[in-house]
Amino acid sequence: MKSMPLLLLIVALSGIVACGGPEKASDRTSVLNRGLGTEPESLDAHKSRSVQAAAVLRDIGEGLISYTTTGELTSGAAESWEISDDRLTYTFHLKPNAKWSNGDSVTAEHFVFSAARLRDPATAAFYAQFLGDVSTLTAADNETLLINLKRPTPYLLSLLTHPATFPMHPGSLAEYGDGFARPGKLLSNGAYVLTSWVPGSLLTLNRNMHYWNNAATAIDEIRYHVQSLVAVELSRYRVGELDITSEVPSDTFQQVKNEYGDQLHITPEQNVYYYGYNLTKEPFGDSLELRQALSMAIDRELLVEKITSRGEAPAYSWVPPGVENYEPPELSYATLSQEERNKIAQGLYKTAGYDEENPLQLELRYNTSDTHRRIALAIQSMWRDVLGFQVTLINEEFQVLLANMRDREVTQVFRSSWSGDYNDAYAFLGTLQSENAANMPGYASEEFDALLEQAAEQTDLDRRRLYLEEAERVMLADHPAIPIYFYVSKHLVKPNIAGWGDNVLDYHYSQHLSLKAAE
Amino acid sequence: MLRYALLRLLGAIPTLLLVIVLAFLMVHAAPGGPFDAERVLPSDVAANIEAAYHIDESLARQFMRYMSGLARGDMGPSYRYRDYTVAELIGSGLPLSLQIGTLAMALALLVGVSAGSVAALKQNSMLDRIVMSFAMTGISIPVFVVAPVLVLLLAVKMHVLPAGWSGTAGAAKFVLPVVTLALPQIAYIARLTRASMIDVLGSDFIRTARAQGLGTRTLIRVHALKPAMLPVLSYMGPAIAAILTGSVVVEEVFSIPGLGQFFVRGALNRDYTLVLGIVIFYATLIISLNLVVDILYATIDPRVRRR
Repeated sequence: MKSMPLLLLIVALSGIVACGGPEKASDRTSVLNRGLGTEPESLDAHKSRSVQAAAVLRDIGEGLISYTTTGELTSGAAESWEISDDRLTYTFHLKPNAKWSNGDSVTAEHFVFSAARLRDPATAAFYAQFLGDVSTLTAADNETLLINLKRPTPYLLSLLTHPATFPMHPGSLAEYGDGFARPGKLLSNGAYVLTSWVPGSLLTLNRNMHYWNNAATAIDEIRYHVQSLVAVELSRYRVGELDITSEVPSDTFQQVKNEYGDQLHITPEQNVYYYGYNLTKEPFGDSLELRQALSMAIDRELLVEKITSRGEAPAYSWVPPGVENYEPPELSYATLSQEERNKIAQGLYKTAGYDEENPLQLELRYNTSDTHRRIALAIQSMWRDVLGFQVTLINEEFQVLLANMRDREVTQVFRSSWSGDYNDAYAFLGTLQSENAANMPGYASEEFDALLEQAAEQTDLDRRRLYLEEAERVMLADHPAIPIYFYVSKHLVKPNIAGWGDNVLDYHYSQHLSLKAAE
Repeated sequence: MLRYALLRLLGAIPTLLLVIVLAFLMVHAAPGGPFDAERVLPSDVAANIEAAYHIDESLARQFMRYMSGLARGDMGPSYRYRDYTVAELIGSGLPLSLQIGTLAMALALLVGVSAGSVAALKQNSMLDRIVMSFAMTGISIPVFVVAPVLVLLLAVKMHVLPAGWSGTAGAAKFVLPVVTLALPQIAYIARLTRASMIDVLGSDFIRTARAQGLGTRTLIRVHALKPAMLPVLSYMGPAIAAILTGSVVVEEVFSIPGLGQFFVRGALNRDYTLVLGIVIFYATLIISLNLVVDILYATIDPRVRRR
């Protein structure tokens, strides 16, 4: 029996190979373990677009403008700025002590360089048109940046907090080319530097010693754990491997709530969950009655209470509440009781030409997810009970659903969602403009488009707001989609973490966080 | 012998080519593309990105482009993880997958053979029944059930092992994935060993050895184990394949950044080049392993060569 000892040897050897020694941080470095969700697709701010990439980028970079823990605009790399009377020219004065992680100064030229790269077709940036309202970006001197706008863009400051607008170091790009966004190469002008990245597993950031506000950074090392399964993320939080989670699983939500109390942070988000209609095909294209009937027959209160039940708000508008300088108008029937709505819905359904003998034949498509399935099942039974037709539920893989939505050939009703890239109503309303690529229903209303155009020309913020609100009112009445609920962000945060602020943007800069001393 | 090996090697090339063509067609046939997302891109931005990655070209041109890159040893950039090339991702995932696979295989053999032998020796005893029902359970329960149960028990409730992978202590984090991956194989190997051991123990030469007064221990070690191992050895091929495919699930469940996880993510993200790269890598690996086995067989059994 020679093989037995051999096997033992293999096992022992592999065990030794596997032993890298425990990765314990020395006592002097403070470490924060954050759950990240899925892997960031890139840390090149021009080649990424995911929430995860943006979260890491906000730690390692800094735009002209930034946010406070509670989501208010504050100065970032810019110390101060002036806005011209016609609101078409912004002059930014950079902080003289803003530095890259190699000690170089951050200059106005670095912002100009970055914006040019963002727009360059060769970069193939997802956000290539992000600065579409900006006509020129010029460096008056090292510390002064001029931004000229094609038209008043009241959300410009909000745009300038987005990683796509962060400065880039031309020398670093010249040296490393497109592979610059890697540990050891990526220069940062934010509070942290990327020190290691194990694809599919872990990103480690360390304090940027040259950051202008380094003295205020409390935690030395941030570890972002790639953890795409939320159930595993929760287990890891339970055993103390994570201090902050990126999500909370829906199926165990109640249990988590009872167990963790204050550690659970639920905050409204600027993100709308909706069912879109395919307006380019029958039966919805020319039947407003039918579109409105289906919307009215959905008991949104019941859905958020019994199905999603994580504190979501029922949606009666397209733009979520909490968007800056905006009061979303509501669907006309928002104030009615569900019974009243059902009654009207039944009438509209009949007017549209359907009844018990001739029920609507309908397919509803949603992408694979337990929450989406449960919501679809609930809505299926609501439509059956109120209007008397049986919708066919079709569950599709995400990429398949996206392709179908875009092609508008087979879809009738489909699930989707939209979140704003910046804190402004236009970030939501713009998606339903007839030419917008994100206009999944294929909504085309001259009146709506014209109102948005007029809003864009206004220099007076209050007048602009009136146009936007009127545009939404027109659109809601047309029912191109059914807003169902507004998302909430969900995190578990260990009690020893200070500086966490709940905000509608769901941005949580690591530099604002600190660890309380053990009691 | 050399001629046989060369012929087999030549035969492997068309197989690999066929795998590449099929894989290429299949990833491209899947609906959606690598740059589709809920946040739809403006059409000129989308066109621009497609042009940058050449996915606006005809399928034939894309294939030629891919093959000419492959011939130069270049598997291209990952479409999803835009900072990395496919070769870099495979290079980062492979060592882990190999380590976990090897450990699982070793554990499966060690425990499976021992348990099977013990069960055979104590045939029909309580011990035999316990071992065999354990084996049956191991075969029946899928990995994606075993894994979370083990995590709940050993990590969350008992705090003896880490629940996740990234940033946790050295060797301990290997335990759960390796055990999960090995469990079904342990079960299989134990059953095989038991059956074959019972067979061998009943044969004439063992009876002769017993008659000569050999102790059970020596009897097993010197005479019975080797012939009893033959079926287990021939099961090694399927076992390796099962461990490879099993690792896809295990790596996903335990968030291990190995090839399996990249493969799953790649498929879901329509990361054409990454999926192709891993398929080609696995195909080459399996074809080479088969080649080695065939050559070994031929060395052992000359009849194979003449066929």
